[in-house]
This record gives sequence, C-alpha cells and structure tokens, in this order.
Amino acid sequence: MSSTYPDDLRYSKEHEWVRVDGAQATIGITSFAASELGDIVFVELPELGAQLQQFGVFGVIESVKAVSDLYAPVSGEVTDVNEALRDRPELVNDDPFGEGWIARVTLTEPGELDALMDASAYGESTAG
Amino acid sequence: MAYSPHTEADHRRMLDAVGVASIDELFDDIPDAVRADRFEVPPPLTEQQLRAELLRIAGHNAVPRISFLGAGAYRHLVPAVVSEVIGRAEFATAYTPYQPEVSQGTLQTIYEFQTMVCELTGMDVASASHYDGATATAEAALMACRLTRRNRVAVSTAVHPQVRRGLRTYCSGPGVEALEVPADLVEGGSGLTPVEAAASVLDEDVACLVAQQPNFFGGVEPMRELADVAHAAGAQLVALVEPTSLAVLEAPGSYGADIVTAEGQPLGIPLSFGGPYVGLMAARMASVRQMPGRLVGATRDAAGRRGYVLTLQAREQHIRREKAASNICTNQALCALAATAYLTAVGPAGLREVAELSLTQARHVAAALEAAGLGERRFSAPYFAEVAMRIPQAKRRHAALRERGILAGHPLWSEYPELDDTLLLATTELTTDEHIAELVTALDQAR
Amino acid sequence: MSVAERPPRTDASGRGAAFASPHAGEDLAVVEPLIFDASAPGRRAVRFPQASDHARRAAAGQPQLPSTALRGVAPRLPEVSELDLLRHFNRLSQLNHAIDVGFYPLGSCTMKYNPKVNEWAAGLPGFAESHPLDPAECAQGSLQVEWLLAELLKEISGFAAVSLQPAAGAHGELTGMLLTRAFHRSNGEGQTRTRVLVPDSAHGTNPATATMVGYETVTIRSNERGGIELEALRDALDERTAALMITNPSTLGIFEDQIDQVLAAVKASGAIAYMDGANLNAILGRFRPGTAGFDVMHFNLHKTFSTPHGGGGPGAGPIGVSPRLAPFLPEPLPLLVEGDADAVRANAWAGRSTPGARFALEQEGSRPMSIGRVRTFTGNFGMFVRAYAYIRANGAAGLRAVSDDAVLAANYLRVRLADAYELPYDRICKHEVVFSGRRQKRAHGVTTLDIAKAILDHGIHPPTIYFPLIVEEALMIEPTETESLETLDRFVEVMHEIARRAEADPEALKRAPVSTPVGRLDEAGAARRPDLRHAFGERTEVAAETRPE
Repeated sequence: MSSTYPDDLRYSKEHEWVRVDGAQATIGITSFAASELGDIVFVELPELGAQLQQFGVFGVIESVKAVSDLYAPVSGEVTDVNEALRDRPELVNDDPFGEGWIARVTLTEPGELDALMDASAYGESTAG
Repeated sequence: MAYSPHTEADHRRMLDAVGVASIDELFDDIPDAVRADRFEVPPPLTEQQLRAELLRIAGHNAVPRISFLGAGAYRHLVPAVVSEVIGRAEFATAYTPYQPEVSQGTLQTIYEFQTMVCELTGMDVASASHYDGATATAEAALMACRLTRRNRVAVSTAVHPQVRRGLRTYCSGPGVEALEVPADLVEGGSGLTPVEAAASVLDEDVACLVAQQPNFFGGVEPMRELADVAHAAGAQLVALVEPTSLAVLEAPGSYGADIVTAEGQPLGIPLSFGGPYVGLMAARMASVRQMPGRLVGATRDAAGRRGYVLTLQAREQHIRREKAASNICTNQALCALAATAYLTAVGPAGLREVAELSLTQARHVAAALEAAGLGERRFSAPYFAEVAMRIPQAKRRHAALRERGILAGHPLWSEYPELDDTLLLATTELTTDEHIAELVTALDQAR
Repeated sequence: MSVAERPPRTDASGRGAAFASPHAGEDLAVVEPLIFDASAPGRRAVRFPQASDHARRAAAGQPQLPSTALRGVAPRLPEVSELDLLRHFNRLSQLNHAIDVGFYPLGSCTMKYNPKVNEWAAGLPGFAESHPLDPAECAQGSLQVEWLLAELLKEISGFAAVSLQPAAGAHGELTGMLLTRAFHRSNGEGQTRTRVLVPDSAHGTNPATATMVGYETVTIRSNERGGIELEALRDALDERTAALMITNPSTLGIFEDQIDQVLAAVKASGAIAYMDGANLNAILGRFRPGTAGFDVMHFNLHKTFSTPHGGGGPGAGPIGVSPRLAPFLPEPLPLLVEGDADAVRANAWAGRSTPGARFALEQEGSRPMSIGRVRTFTGNFGMFVRAYAYIRANGAAGLRAVSDDAVLAANYLRVRLADAYELPYDRICKHEVVFSGRRQKRAHGVTTLDIAKAILDHGIHPPTIYFPLIVEEALMIEPTETESLETLDRFVEVMHEIARRAEADPEALKRAPVSTPVGRLDEAGAARRPDLRHAFGERTEVAAETRPE
C-alpha cells in the first residue's frame, strides 16, 4: 500500500480527502480507506442541495465485508455527485483520488480547512 | 451420551494430551457459588424405548378424520417427492452457506426459490425467506417505515388476528404505532377492507397499509384500490397473500403492491402444529437495500463457472451490527427448499389445479349448507377458498361434530365477538365431495 | 463420477436488462443448470383431480371472482417430470458439504450429529398432521410435547418459565429484549433505562437486537484474559442500563470465571442479565444460568439439542426467564390445566400417560402484561419433537457427557494445534477454541481466508473465520462431542500440513480450493451488480441435451 498521498489535497482523520478549487470542493475517500474496506460494492450518495456539516455523516459506503459511514471533511452545499459510482462503485478502489470522487460542494466555511491534515501528516497518521 | 464415539481409551489419550487428570478439571473455571446444584433430567432411553415414548405421546393427538380448518395453515397434499428432497442429508445437515464453494446446492436452490417467489408475486426481488408469514409481514411494515421515514403503520382488521398481534409486538420495539382499519363486518357487510376507511386512516405519518389477499375471512379484497389510496398518501402497500391463490388471483406486482409477504406453508410443508413454516417476502429492486434477510446472487469464479453467493450482506447484522436492517440471521432454508420442490413438482398447471379445486369446493360447501338450510354466508363479497358461514348454535354443533371426527372450521367469535355463530370453513384440493356431504349430514343431525 | 469431475455445461440463458448480471452475454460454464432450463411446456410431475360435475353445479350459484381480481399471465414455474425434479435436487445436494458427509467444525454453530430417530419422530402422522388451531381435545399429544419440553428446558437451565415461541436464536434475543423493556416499563423506568451493554466479543445479532427494540448499544471491552473487565462493567452500569447481554461461555470459548461477580453487579444496578445461549453445549449439567442469576436466556435447539440446521434454518429459539420476567412472556403458553404436574412429569419420564391430565393453550389476552405474540401459532413444533427426543435419548448423564466430550475435544485441538497457530487466549477453553492466523499472515501473506479455502480441499468444512472481531485473523473451531478421535487427529494433520504449506508454498494456498464444484467466487461482482433471480431471457435446449449419464 502506498504511503504517499497527493500533496494538493487536505485530509481528515476519518480518511476523507478534499480538493479545493476556489469556492468549490471535491470530496472522496483516501486510498488507505478504500484498501481497508476492500472491494467497494455500493456508495450511498448525498442528495443535490444537501447541506453537509464538517465531520457530519453524509452517506454510507459498503464493501463486501464491511460498511462505513462517510464523514464530510468540510461544510458545504452539495452541487454535484459522482453518478458513475451507481454503476461502477469499484472506481473508488481503482482511482480513489480521481474518478472515484464522491461529491462536490460549495464551501460555506473555508476556514474549516485548517482543521484538516496535509499529505505528510495524513501519511504519518496511517503509518504502522 | 447416546451418540458418543469415544471409548475409554480415547478419553484417556485426550486427557493425557491436554494434561489434566479428569474432565472435571476442565470445568474448574466455573465459580463454586454458581456451579449447577441439581440436574434432574430423566434417565436415558434406548432407541426402542424412545420410539415407544414418542408413539405414546403422538397417540394422544386425535387428528380429525375430516377437517375444514384453515385460518392460516392449510391441509394440502405434500407430494412424496418433496419429502424425499428435503430429507436429503446434504441439505438437511448443512448450515448457512458461509463457504459458497461447498454450498452450491443450498445456494442454487435459494436462487431458484427467489425466482419462483418473484414469479408468483410479480415482484423484482425476493428474500431467501423469513420465519413465517407473520414475522415477514412485521418486518415488511418496519421496512416500509425505513423507506418512507414514517413511524406509523395501518393494518386492516381483516388481516389474520395472530399476524396483527405479532406485527404489533414487532412495532412496539422501535416505537412504531400500529393503527387499525376496521373491516366491514356489520350485518350484511362485505367482510372486506373499505377503501374509504383505509383512506381516512392514511396520513403523512403512515408508512404503509397492510392488507391480506384473500383476507382472513377468505374474501377477495379490492387490492388495486387499496394500493391507490396508499400511494396517494405517500404510503406503501404491504400485501400479505396466500401463495396457491396466486395461480388464479392477480399478481401483487400488477396491482401496485410495494412489499409482498406470504405464509409459505401451503407449498408442501406439513401442518406440524404450526411450524416450522416459511415466510416469503418480495419487493421492488429499488428497495432492496432496506430489505431484511438473506439474499443469494449469481456470480462466477475465476475459471468462468457460474456460482451463487450470499450477497448484499452489508445490510445484515453480522456486518452492520447495531445499524442493521434487522437482527435476522438465518432464513428457513429447508422449508424454502420444500416450497421450491413443491412448486417444481406441481408446476404452473398443478398450482392452478390446486387453486381451482380449492375454490370450487369452498363454493360447494357454502352452497350445500345454504341448500340444506343449515347456514348462510356471513359476508357478501366473493371469496377464494375459505368462507365464513353463520350456522345457528354453531358452538354446540362444532363440538358435537368434533366427537364424530369432523372439524367444522374455525370459530370466529373468539377473535371477533361480533361474529357469533360464525364458522370459517376452509377447503383445499384434499376436500372431497364426500367430506362435504358428511359435514352437511352431521350438522343436520346435530340440530 | 463425482460432481467435481463432471464436465462443465454451457448456460447460454440471456438476462433481461432489468436484471443485468455482471456476466451478461458471457457464456458461463454451469455445474448444474437451473431447474427452469429443464422446463418444457406441458411436462408434468404431480397431477390433481378435477372438481366433480356435482361440485361445479353447486358452486355456480355462488359469487364468482371479479374479473379484475384475476391473474393475466401465469407464473413461469418449471414444467418437469418427477424424475427430472429428483435428479436436479439430488445433484444439487451433492454440491453441499454437510454433517452427514464430513467434519464440520464451524465455531459457534454446534454442528453435531443429528440423530435420525428424531426425524422419524417429527414425521409421525399424529404430529405432522396436527393443525395448530385444532381444538385442545384433538391436540393433547402436541400440547404435551410442548409442555414436557418446556419442563425439561426449565430443569436444564434453572429458569422459572419457558416460552417456546421464538423461531430462532435471534428471534429469542428479540423476545428477551422486549421482555426486558416491558419489565422496566412496568417499574416506571421505561424512559430512563435505554442502554444495553454488549461485550466487544458479541455476536452481531446482540447489538442488532438492541436496536430493534429502540435501545442504544454500549460496547464493553474484554480484558486480556478474554473475559469481561469487571471495573469497566461496573463503570458502565448505571440507572440508564436496561440490560447486559453476554454469551457464556463467550465467543472466545472461555467461561466467564467471574460470572458470579458480573451477575451481582448487574443485579445491583437494577438491570436485566441476558445470556445468549448459543454456547450452552459446553455447560450442560455444570452451570444452570437461571439458578446462577441470569434473568433470561435463549436456547438454540438446533445447536445444543441437535435439530438439523437445514442449510440455514429452520431452527428454534425458546427462551427461559426468571420469575420477575415470567408475567411478560409471549402468549400463549402451553398449560397443564387438569392434573398434578409432578405426577404428569413422573409418569412421562416412566413412559406412562396420566389419566385425567389435560393440556391447553393459554387464552390469548388472559395475561395482560404479556408482550403479545412474536409469530403465529406456538413455535417451530417439528423442532420441539426432535429436541424432546434428543433430551430423552441422552438423559441426565448423557447430556452431561455431551458437554464433557465437547469440551474435551476442543481442549484436545487447542493443545494439538498450538504449535502451528497462534493462540491469543492460551487457557482452558470450553466447547470451542479460537486461534489466530496472524503468524501466517505476517510471515507468509497467507490470510485466514486462504487457510479456510485450503481446508475445503481436504473435504472438511472450515472453522468460523474472522469472528469474534476482537481476534485478528480469527479461526474459531468447534469440534463437537460426536466426532471420533480419528476425525480430530485427521483435522490436526490437515491443519499442520496447511501451516507447512503456508511457509513453503503460500501461492498455492491462495489458489485454493481446487477440488470443489466451483472455485472462489466473485463476491464483489455479485454485490455491485446484483443478479438475484433468473430472468427468463432466451433459452437454449443445450442443457437438456448435454446432460451426462
């Protein structure tokens, strides 16, 4: 398992990542989380327009042998969800930081990003 | 121990390996204060003594020679080939198919069962089975609550009283309120669930309407209209059906049922004083992740062979624990196998023959009692294979006929005080013209 | 020719779009075609008589079914001959591992021998044809079985009362938790006692059951000896606690050696002590949970009392309760309404009937505190007959020997396998022992799943794996008392050989199993694109023509 993570992302303790692009942010789960869960078979996506709260539950992700809540790394309003995951949930395993993204939100509290980790801090948190 | 393989030498060798002098030492971890103080189970029996004991007890049952008793459990032919299939030790002495490579027999039969239940009900997806029709119905009502995020359910009083009682118990768990929709039981009434009464109970808090087809009195309900009023209120229709009737009556999927449940006992399962039976449950594909119970799916192995596995397990208690859709663990696999073998044995034509003969004999018995001036139909609505007859002095006559080995149906007044002198008479393909003639004669003589 | 050696056949059945399988359009080899593929229009097995002209004429004057209520399209059920039916299911049966075929040390499931005389008993016409609503006068035999079985279960467990109604262990748990809530409500504590304590080693059904009755689950950590940490328990017990649910012996196969103190702490807090009886097979005649102070326990008749598991049911999950919970039990209970209970029992144990004794079901609604019904009728009666037969065949000495031998066998395996697999809790166990495959995973990359699959190639069913959750790479072995020493020794050899192969040739284990009807199956694909029913696409006749002799 790779212990290096993309430098342009911020990470939460619950293994979500966020990529910020102006007022927009894209959310997904990390390669570490995807690997721990194993073969992902279903992602319960949030509804468009839903208001996410930082560290609040916004969905569920299921693998063959496990199930986990999804925690929002930032607060915001959902503007887009990854429809491709409905038919191909395996994208989360195959490309967690790219095609396996889960939702896009309009950031409501940009200051919250300070509560997240950078790649090296996250890497350390998952080591060992 | 009656079934022990161990000789004294075996015991010695195992004790030596473990390094203890006696088996008692292996129980030293039980605190003295709570060690068993007594154990007064009777002494062991040999097989011949055991057989005698069970024959003694079974001999106390006086199974009626002729019975018109149904009310949720029905005396049908169990084809010999069905008993043969479920007697196969490889089915009977296996457990839940945790290791699919050595459980393809059980898994494929469940996949076939799921398919047959979908075909009968006209639904997309069926579970691998539940304990019985009542628990399947209760689980369906709670499933509707999850799907609609509402916390009340409405149940027609024409649903089997024991099913309603079980449903109330289940609902009391999460604090779901069970409302009743009164059936039309007045003098000259239809014996059905009035659509307006259902509509007036359904509001924005009600998750589902539970109705039974044919209902507890055998009446054929206006299921399409009931589905429409449920849907108009944003609620679901949970249809509890009798499986052999589906050879003749409209498939629930066609009239808009959202969840279908059934007591599967009529499909090749002996009466056996109430169990084990099997609960059927079917639903729409969109609801599958809220469905309780095991599901089997088709897949493949690396060599390109088709195989079957337990699937969508993230719904279940062993993974989701306190967030599971239900605590249900196993299904009723062997009873589901009996139903699968039964539906295979009778096929579409045989199931239709069973249904048609059953319903013809119900009309026959009602007509014969009316013609003899012994009773009248209590309700006006068309009925399937069970009919409520008002018979003067029913209680006394019911007892008198019992003495002659004839069981004249189920007394309705115990559960419905307004239905005094009313007996619910059930017929199946095993009801002969002679049975009906003898019932009429005996009732007449018991005047 | 064995099943595994049969040449694969092609299943070219197409799948409808609504049920697109992950392999739509692919030609997959099939071990045994679906029964639907053997169907031919007009073929028949069982036939039924037609209604007589007399019956038809009589029926004609009755209300006819409205045309709107009638079915349009017939269900697509199979149309096959009786022989084809039998061969299909017989061939499928041969794809199963089962107790009657080979060793089945599946931990927590008690896969012991199911005596055949019990099947004979359950099939006696007097029992099989007994209708659950037959008047009591017609059902004295069935009612007597229920009453006598309840008496025996009370004696075995030390509980004051027993309800046979629950259909399975999980159903018994649900009933027990509903009783718990009814009890607290009757004391005016229904609103305040809302938490259920569950050890981290518990079966998943325990927390799921707590949720079903609206309780919150609080997890209690186990201590390093695999038991309940008394201090943690005392800290967690308070006026909010509704119940403690524990399995004893635990899922680690370890008897809670401070159980007296655990029960005292629970009692002092005012909570209910629930025992999951899944592991009762270890303690018959040694520990009576009701006498020790538990309030409620479910029995798994399919485990301890050897009713067949049926491929995953039917089981039966009666519950025993202390006097304070008895008023809340589900209705109806079977009652002895005329006759002296001591005399009826004594006579039955001597194989005699008691003149004048009469049994009946309780009148529903007669016990106002009852939680109600948890199902229709009185329970899985066919299982009651078998369990009654099993208890009578064994008797007191036999039942005690059941647990003695089950515990001895598990300890024998514990000692014999300790050199090859890590033993996280190295102490005397009860009827099962939990190893860890951690060493094999760390050193050779061989997981417990690989070990389980390798066991399959030896004609043995693997132990329970990855449970309990607190043991990494867990292997939970329950040999039961009915396996001979030769069988146990052969299992030891197999496990040693697999441990050697994990070192020498780990890749081979990852390919296992190779001798089973199918290999490892794509479970992810099955869950991602569920194919849960046959879709009746275009059908070819290939299956029927290539059927081997």
